Amino acid sequence: MSPLLQVKNVTKKYGGLTANNAISFDVAENEILSVIGPNGAGKSTLFKMIASFTPTTSGEVIYRGERISNLKPHIVARKGVVRTFQETTIFKSMTVHESVVVAQHLRAKASLAGYFWGSKTAKEDVAAFGKYADELLEFLGMWDIRNEQASNLPQGSLRALGIAIGLATDPKVLLLDEPFAGMNHDETMNMVDLVRSVRDERDVTVMLVEHDMPAVMNISDRIVVLNFGEKIAEGTPSEIQNNEKVIEAYLGSVDDEIGM
Amino acid sequence: MLGFNLKQLTGVGIFLFMIFIGVPFAIGVTGRWDFYFTLTSVALLAIASAGVWLTFYIGRINIGQGAFALIGAYVSAILVVKVGWSFWISLPAAGLFAAVVAILIGLPILRLRGVYFAMITLVLTQVVTLTALALPITNGARGISNIPLPSGISLFGIPILPDFVAMESTKLAFYYTACIIMLLTYAALYRLVNSRLGHLCRSMQQNEELASSIGVNISYIRIVIFAISSFFGGLGGAMFGSIAQSVYPSSFQVADSVNFMLNCFLGGLGYVFGPMLGTLVLYFGWDLLFEFGKYQMLIYSTILIIIIRFLPNGLLSIRFSKGGDK
Ligand SMILES: Nc1ncnc2c1ncn2[C@@H]1O[C@H](COP(=O)(O)OP(=O)(O)OP(=O)(O)O)[C@@H](O)[C@H]1O
Ligand SMILES: [Mg+2]
Repeated sequence: MSPLLQVKNVTKKYGGLTANNAISFDVAENEILSVIGPNGAGKSTLFKMIASFTPTTSGEVIYRGERISNLKPHIVARKGVVRTFQETTIFKSMTVHESVVVAQHLRAKASLAGYFWGSKTAKEDVAAFGKYADELLEFLGMWDIRNEQASNLPQGSLRALGIAIGLATDPKVLLLDEPFAGMNHDETMNMVDLVRSVRDERDVTVMLVEHDMPAVMNISDRIVVLNFGEKIAEGTPSEIQNNEKVIEAYLGSVDDEIGM
Repeated sequence: MLGFNLKQLTGVGIFLFMIFIGVPFAIGVTGRWDFYFTLTSVALLAIASAGVWLTFYIGRINIGQGAFALIGAYVSAILVVKVGWSFWISLPAAGLFAAVVAILIGLPILRLRGVYFAMITLVLTQVVTLTALALPITNGARGISNIPLPSGISLFGIPILPDFVAMESTKLAFYYTACIIMLLTYAALYRLVNSRLGHLCRSMQQNEELASSIGVNISYIRIVIFAISSFFGGLGGAMFGSIAQSVYPSSFQVADSVNFMLNCFLGGLGYVFGPMLGTLVLYFGWDLLFEFGKYQMLIYSTILIIIIRFLPNGLLSIRFSKGGDK
């Protein structure tokens, strides 16, 4: 079976700086693949190119046999490849529930004019969005905070909200940029389980960037390691943990960061 | 259809009674017939302000509505005077023309945000004024005067729209027409804001990157909104020209564009009906301060600054708690 998503020779240059240099790897359907590497390695840049938030300098990203790089973000999202953000990125003055409702707009059956005139289909859509939002928030354990204004949420819940918004679009591939940042150990483990059940129960292929090594080793089927814009390794968690180059890259930056 | 609850329905009912029966009655009793012109102007300016409010709703500061009002006024005047169309058909045509111009201008400039977008819109009014001075069809500085009053329209012999020439009081007729168009504008605006398009606008206003990550075609929605906004501007401007029975390059100036924006600020950016109230208060406020002579501007601006300082969410925030009536 051909891979769901292929990163092919992708390069990104910012002026003289090469943030990604000829990166290639495949992502299989329904796997959880992590991209790790020291700060500034080019992980977020890679995700932005996959989601077409920034064009590639050269190379391409293929999803189900179709090029999705160098398009527009909303077009790629419509195809089912959706990213979350490393920085806290939310709809500040919406409640959690409202955010999850608005994020479902791609599922709308009625046209914008249909909504304006209040057509029957539009009313059915609105009811369905509300119901699905309830369901999703329940599933994510966010039911209690559904009516909170997003700007009032603590850091941990903000991350969860970012993921909820991404999930509400009904993605096929979800790119999570540091989903566990700012969470304590328990919250992280909770979220690890959640991401896994997103994959298992909702058939979502997950790619994630994370610095929390225990979590990465726990959750990933496979790992791609970047360092200074180069892919230095790819393999299962145990292969990566024993890879000379990886250990060197991490020891070269901060001792023990890989936390084995 | 509008989805009002009982309390809102009562409010709307009182409001309708006031403008259609209360005001004409009060004017009849006091004999202040000049108020018809003032209130008609308020209604028309409120239509244009509604458009500005809508561009605020996608996070863009629009100081260019005067340009579209001027375009609307000229298009209607030319269609009526030179082409011989009925005013009632020239009215939507003026709105549509303004919307098309907005699409052409919007394509390049709507990518800009914040102060950059605001600065560009600020010059638009001047650009249209200069264009009107230069083009042969707009008659340069002489403008287009002696625009005939709107004639009636009838379908199968049944009068659909009134013939203003045959009316005893054109003032009252214009007042009613302006009020009806204003009400339709705000009903449409209310509906739009509370439908999916409005929700997408809100998502863009709060975070464009996140909006595009969930699949919102932000450049398309920006264009659609700017076109609707300018449609309202063109509509208001066309009505204005018809009442004044003339259009000049200076009929709408940069100061008018600034006022349209201030109306929105003053009424409240969070409330659909904010610009309507803002227009009323600003227009009357200015008039009431007339007796202060050369201090008029000083007092006026001081009051404005105080209001914006202490009521950053606009006048309507007094009545509604934050995030309330939308
Ligand atoms: N828009 C940009 N313009 C110029 N340089 C950029 C831009 N975005 C990223 N870079 C540079 O590209 C390199 C890779 O950045 P990137 O954000 O992808 O790293 P990262 O692996 O996500 O790091 P972190 O773990 O700190 O999030 C860095 O040196 C960064 O400074
Ligand atoms: Mg990053």
